[in-house]
Amino acid sequence: MTMTAPPIAMTEPSLWRQSLGLLWRDKFAFVAVLFLLLVVFAALFGSTIFGQSATRINLAARNAPPMSMHLGWHYVLGADSLGRSILARIAVGTRNTMMVAGLSVIASLLIGSLLGFIAGYRADWTTGVIMRVADVLMSFPSLLLAMIVLYVLGAGIANLVLVLAITRIPIYLRTTRAEVLEIRERTFVVAAKVMGASPLRLVWRHIRPTVTPTLVTIATLEFAFVMLSESSLSFLGLGIQAPEFTWGAMVAQGQSYLGTAWWVAFWPGLAITLTAMSLNLVANWLRIVTDPVQRWRLEARSSSNGGGNE
Amino acid sequence: MAAAMSETSGHLVEVKHLSVEFHTRNGVVPAVRDVSWHIDRGETLAILGESGSGKSVSSSALMGLIDIPPGRITSGEVLYCGEDLLKATPERQREINGSRIAMVFQDTLAALNPVYPIGWQVAETFRTHGVARAEANAKALELLERVGLPNAAARFRDYPHQFSGGQRQRIMIAMAIALNPDLLIADEPTTALDVTVQARILGLLKELQRERGMGLLMITHDLGIVAGMADRVVIMNAGRIVEAGTVKQVFESPQHPYTRSLLDAIPGRHGFPDIAERAAPAEPLLRVEELTKEYVTPAGLFRPARPPVRALGGVSFTLAQGETLGIVGESGSGKSTLVRTLIGLEEATSGDAFFRGRSLIDPTAETRDLAQRQIQMVFQDPTASLNPRMSVFEIVSEPWAIHRDALPRAQWEQRVGDLLEEVGLKREHAGRHPHQFSGGQRQRIAIARALALKPDIIICDEAVSSLDVSVQAQVIALLKALKDEFGLSYLFIAHDLPVVRSFADRVLVMHKGMIVEQGPTREIFENPQHDYTRELLNADPLLSHHAA
Repeated sequence: MTMTAPPIAMTEPSLWRQSLGLLWRDKFAFVAVLFLLLVVFAALFGSTIFGQSATRINLAARNAPPMSMHLGWHYVLGADSLGRSILARIAVGTRNTMMVAGLSVIASLLIGSLLGFIAGYRADWTTGVIMRVADVLMSFPSLLLAMIVLYVLGAGIANLVLVLAITRIPIYLRTTRAEVLEIRERTFVVAAKVMGASPLRLVWRHIRPTVTPTLVTIATLEFAFVMLSESSLSFLGLGIQAPEFTWGAMVAQGQSYLGTAWWVAFWPGLAITLTAMSLNLVANWLRIVTDPVQRWRLEARSSSNGGGNE
Repeated sequence: MAAAMSETSGHLVEVKHLSVEFHTRNGVVPAVRDVSWHIDRGETLAILGESGSGKSVSSSALMGLIDIPPGRITSGEVLYCGEDLLKATPERQREINGSRIAMVFQDTLAALNPVYPIGWQVAETFRTHGVARAEANAKALELLERVGLPNAAARFRDYPHQFSGGQRQRIMIAMAIALNPDLLIADEPTTALDVTVQARILGLLKELQRERGMGLLMITHDLGIVAGMADRVVIMNAGRIVEAGTVKQVFESPQHPYTRSLLDAIPGRHGFPDIAERAAPAEPLLRVEELTKEYVTPAGLFRPARPPVRALGGVSFTLAQGETLGIVGESGSGKSTLVRTLIGLEEATSGDAFFRGRSLIDPTAETRDLAQRQIQMVFQDPTASLNPRMSVFEIVSEPWAIHRDALPRAQWEQRVGDLLEEVGLKREHAGRHPHQFSGGQRQRIAIARALALKPDIIICDEAVSSLDVSVQAQVIALLKALKDEFGLSYLFIAHDLPVVRSFADRVLVMHKGMIVEQGPTREIFENPQHDYTRELLNADPLLSHHAA
């Protein structure tokens, strides 16, 4: 309990180097960050590199299996039912996938947690209104809601993001509210209140930092869920419209060939899994690093190349 | 049944040269080293130690409760009637646990199963040993009556949460003694209880021990319990036994420096300070008049309004500049409600309180701001009252961040350092986080934060209750020194009477939301007028031990 944690060095290296050192100590998180950098790279430059090969139909390469190198290196992961390179499609599809999933997760996270803070901190009619609306949202089948909204507003990336964000708001809202309700009764919050801290300060300086790690973890899990919901909407023709496509749409398209050409659905599915897993690992690392009580776990870990802050 | 067993070693239980270590990622941590003690039938042995001293480890070894790994028993024997339990098979260990050696825990709510009625749980002990249901129930009821559970027959089917802490501890004791064990281990059995309840539970344990002739092993941090209960005592510090002997021997002529420091830390060991009577100034700093707080359950749609619950019933007192007023009472006496009402966390039903002549109950914005600066609080549990995500600098400087005009930003660093030195910490500690400090040090940080705005009054809500005795004495010494230096007044809320006796100028005894007695500390302790005060004083094992 006492001074077991290593003392903080007086001359600390820059924050950037320090976090890099801490990242290196968690090898899983390190690899995850590398993978996410690759995803970001693909989102930015995927279409420049692969250009037309993601959409060009090549009937000679229909359902070509992985490692069909004789067709060109683009076909290393195989080809889909129209002979399009899966590698190219995954790379080019990254941007749409990330945009839809990222935007809707961020939007629902922000709106949900904001409403959650209000519902958790204020104990008046606003709480009742917010919670009942959330109940209605949760009890209504989200896919049905999405179909109605998209049918009325028309399919498109913006509407898709809107629908996915709205249906996932209650998750963040309820979690945030539950945590706020518990944390606001903790003694350190009461202590600040007694000193005269404003509600804004209580929420921002005391409650928010404690809730954030939970929310970030949920958001990373939601990322995968949103990607798959988007694919089912796309499957119903309400999501992304051809010729635009996403990883989810690729999985949906490959489902019918699972018996004969598993790779059509497998590779985009793997991309979704790896992205979600990497985000989760990074979120976990972030949670430990930002928690002063847990941080020593990383700092105490021996680092093989001495890239620490000793 | 027990007599049939051969007793080769002569002792009921004997622990010989026990060493236990725990393997953690940071290396091997020894929990206890070379610990030996023994206990006989009909005897009470106390193992006394502060938190982290390893006082519970040897009894865990006795019950086979040490997790292996990470734990490892490196040497020693634990003999029960001559049989080494460390070598016993798990089946044999289970046979002994509960029936031959039983245990009572501190947290009774966690130790009882919340989804079964208590009668069922006590009878379960019999049923697992093949007693028929009806007979088991009859035996369980008899036991519950024996441990003095009020209305045992009517409450046989009630659930654990419907009982008070003291009643739950009685139920736990009933379960522990159900099979007539040879040894009863009580691990901090009364730590969570009020003094008067504690006295009754300890009395019950003594009685049962006499009646059944079992050995009683008390594991505690409380010197008062040792003095009042035990025949012999083993004092542990940092995993080693530093002293062992009869209670009389150890208390009267302690050999080891640690024992001496522990005994010196008992409030009033060297007599209580004589507090000079002072003339009350014309306008006291804080004046509370007939403060009342009632909790009303409003009538529901199908439910009539219940009579309001009175948490505070017309409380009046004053606090003068530079005075320490002790507020004593058990849980539910209204002392916390009083504090919460004074600092504006609860609204008073009627009555008023004045700080420097301004009303705190219906404050103007200006008064509220003044009160938030001039009345500060130190809470019971420093682990909970300091935000674990903030550095010590952020914690101590928070009052200035809230009251922007109090101190210019440029001086914060300097002042935080000054304050930390003031409370006995180091300037460099400002960069650390609360978890890197011990409990006593954390409370010092909380005190530094309370001092930041140079307040007139500091309310200490059980501020030293969760600390070990020696640390408690240091924190109280610090509070005393700060009082003289800054001319502070304290409202010192505590259930620990010796601490109040050594610290307060005046004492106020609360019971069921009312002040039953108030006056100068010496008068209250030496010549209590009210029955409740007398009961409270008699219940305290240390005070009554001194008196005896």
